[in-house]
Amino acid sequence: MSATLPLEGLPAQRVETRIGRRFAALRQEGRAGLVTFVTAGDPDPDTAFEILQGLPAAGADVIEIGMPFSDPMADGPAIQAAGQRALKAGMTLRRTLDMVRRFREGDAETPIVLMGYYNPIYAMGVDGFLAEAVAAGVDGLIVVDLPPEEDDELCLPAIEAGLDWIRLATPTTDERRLPKVLAQAGGFVYYVSILGITGTRSAGGDEVAAAVARLKRHTDLPIAVGFGIRTAEQAGEVARSADAAVVGSAIVDVVRRNLDEEARAKPGLAAAVHALVGELARGVRGAAEHGDPAER
Amino acid sequence: MTQPLNTYRSGPDETGHFGIFGGRFVAETLMPLILEVEQAYAATREDPSFQEEFDWYAKHYIGRPSPLYFAERMTEHLGGAKIYFKRDELNHTGAHKINNTLGQILLARRMGKTRIIAETGAGQHGVATATVCARFNLPCVVYMGATDIERQAPNVFRMKMLGAEVVPVTSGTGTLKDAMNDALRDWVANVESTFYIIGTAAGPHPYPAMVRDFQSIIGEEVRWQLAEYEGEGRLPDTLVASIGGGSNAIGLFHPFLDEPTVKMVGVEAAGHGIASGEHAASLNGGRPGVLHGNRTYLLQTDDGQIVDAYSISAGLDYPGIGPEHSWLHESGRVDYVAITDREALDAFQLCTRLEGIIPALEPSHALAQVIKLAPELPKDHVLVVNLCGRGDKDVFSVAKYLGVEL
Ligand SMILES: Cc1ncc(COP(=O)(O)O)c(C=O)c1O
Repeated sequence: MSATLPLEGLPAQRVETRIGRRFAALRQEGRAGLVTFVTAGDPDPDTAFEILQGLPAAGADVIEIGMPFSDPMADGPAIQAAGQRALKAGMTLRRTLDMVRRFREGDAETPIVLMGYYNPIYAMGVDGFLAEAVAAGVDGLIVVDLPPEEDDELCLPAIEAGLDWIRLATPTTDERRLPKVLAQAGGFVYYVSILGITGTRSAGGDEVAAAVARLKRHTDLPIAVGFGIRTAEQAGEVARSADAAVVGSAIVDVVRRNLDEEARAKPGLAAAVHALVGELARGVRGAAEHGDPAER
Repeated sequence: MTQPLNTYRSGPDETGHFGIFGGRFVAETLMPLILEVEQAYAATREDPSFQEEFDWYAKHYIGRPSPLYFAERMTEHLGGAKIYFKRDELNHTGAHKINNTLGQILLARRMGKTRIIAETGAGQHGVATATVCARFNLPCVVYMGATDIERQAPNVFRMKMLGAEVVPVTSGTGTLKDAMNDALRDWVANVESTFYIIGTAAGPHPYPAMVRDFQSIIGEEVRWQLAEYEGEGRLPDTLVASIGGGSNAIGLFHPFLDEPTVKMVGVEAAGHGIASGEHAASLNGGRPGVLHGNRTYLLQTDDGQIVDAYSISAGLDYPGIGPEHSWLHESGRVDYVAITDREALDAFQLCTRLEGIIPALEPSHALAQVIKLAPELPKDHVLVVNLCGRGDKDVFSVAKYLGVEL
């Protein structure tokens, strides 16, 4: 594994990773991507796997899998509830990794990013976790409560192990701070377009475009924009300026709406999720012509 | 991250760590804010006018200094060490919590913040926050677990009377840890206007250090107050304090950490016993982890999921502990023990009958440890226990335990 540590200068994208290849392919197609977020084990491990397995065919270009945590401080009610459902159904970090391993048996190309909080990883042990994540076919990590000030203990060994370390940038990340945030970033930059938690509101297209332009001055990495995108139309609007639109709460809401009184999956739940993902993908793909590939 | 070996008082380091503990484990959206609070606090603590302002309100509004009281009958009864109570239960609002809310709201005002948020479990910190918000005319939103709201109706009413909005928290398990999560979520969404007053010596840096500094007035007073009884320069031999998140304990301990003759005992809540799994003893029954912005000892499953704490004392019912205590624990400077519900209730009754002081259930845990320690110690041994809250709020729980209908 030739991990290029982009510690100095502009963080460069590593094309040899699945994430790098996927964004390069999107650039070739001249369109933005759709990143879908689902919570591992929600509402139960089997249904969650059925959802996961069908996401690429439904139109997901990159898949983020939420690692359930009891105390998800950056998440809104929808993703909080998804995590609770998963934990109740017996989900653990090890089972999340098993789920990725199974997914990889049938899909060698779609990038998988694990997203969550540090404590379950810390409890499992950083080295053990990274070894298993790589073996399972994970491509990148987003650990919400590890800002650059605290993330060396996971970020450095993760990069060493060949994973992309995906950093979050937000409207409060000012010019002075951005270089620090981008210094060890890999894969793509996840721009959190609102001040707030997941799923609560959304930013306008102009705002997003301005933010993406600002980030592009600091990095060559693709910019994925998320938090609060709910409809195909919004996804399309974001896709006009960003390299990818991330949708989470809206997808997780479809899971919730397809539960019976005992919180069990109703028949057709996975199909309903895939239908929404299909719509979102059409929104993203229908976005206005996506800038000149040479410039990006 | 090396602490000079000759001091326990220099932490945290410039990045907010006490050894491996502490730090700033927050989402990127909050990070610039945390840095802003840190800068503002660093500037403020150097400013003599801030200290003057704090001292003025501490004296005239809180009623400081709180007395140091020789508990003569308890001393006689136990037949060993001389027992002193540091009577922070006589503070305005009935606990030590207001020392901290006063300090933080004065800082918030200097930072030009226009809205205050807080988390609360039992409601003591919520009341102390709502109180200073009323005094300084700032809107106040208190996050409180839905289950706690039911259990602590009088404090909920108090907060509302003081003008605070009390938001029921149903996320997670609807308890204190979830209230803290929701307060952090509020803060992320209202970064410009809002100051988050955290109620204990935990959370992301600079909170553990800042809360400790405001609470250290407790130990500093003990130092000079003891002279009246024991003569100039006499240090206490043992300090005992209860631990929820650890703010009253660190407030008592910190000024004495570099006095090698002073022994210190932090008392966690053992609930139904550590072995039962139903307790709130993060150091005695937990493992290091990351929650609420800091690395510290936590109650958690093997998979790293946080589990709810249990104690008869709502104020000790927190699955974590301030990071400085985790560090003092591992360095061996402070002993941390655990006291069960039953032991605390016995101590509650003994103190009430012998001294005519109804302690809160939180310091009753510290008193229970005193009951264990004092008889074994010589009669000239000076033992100071932090009586950090009054028991009026707890009479219902105690009556229930005693099987009395009110
Ligand atoms: C009277 C009293 N003592 C102790 C505590 C525990 O907090 P800490 O450990 O921060 O002092 C509380 C918390 O509500 C309290 O009300």
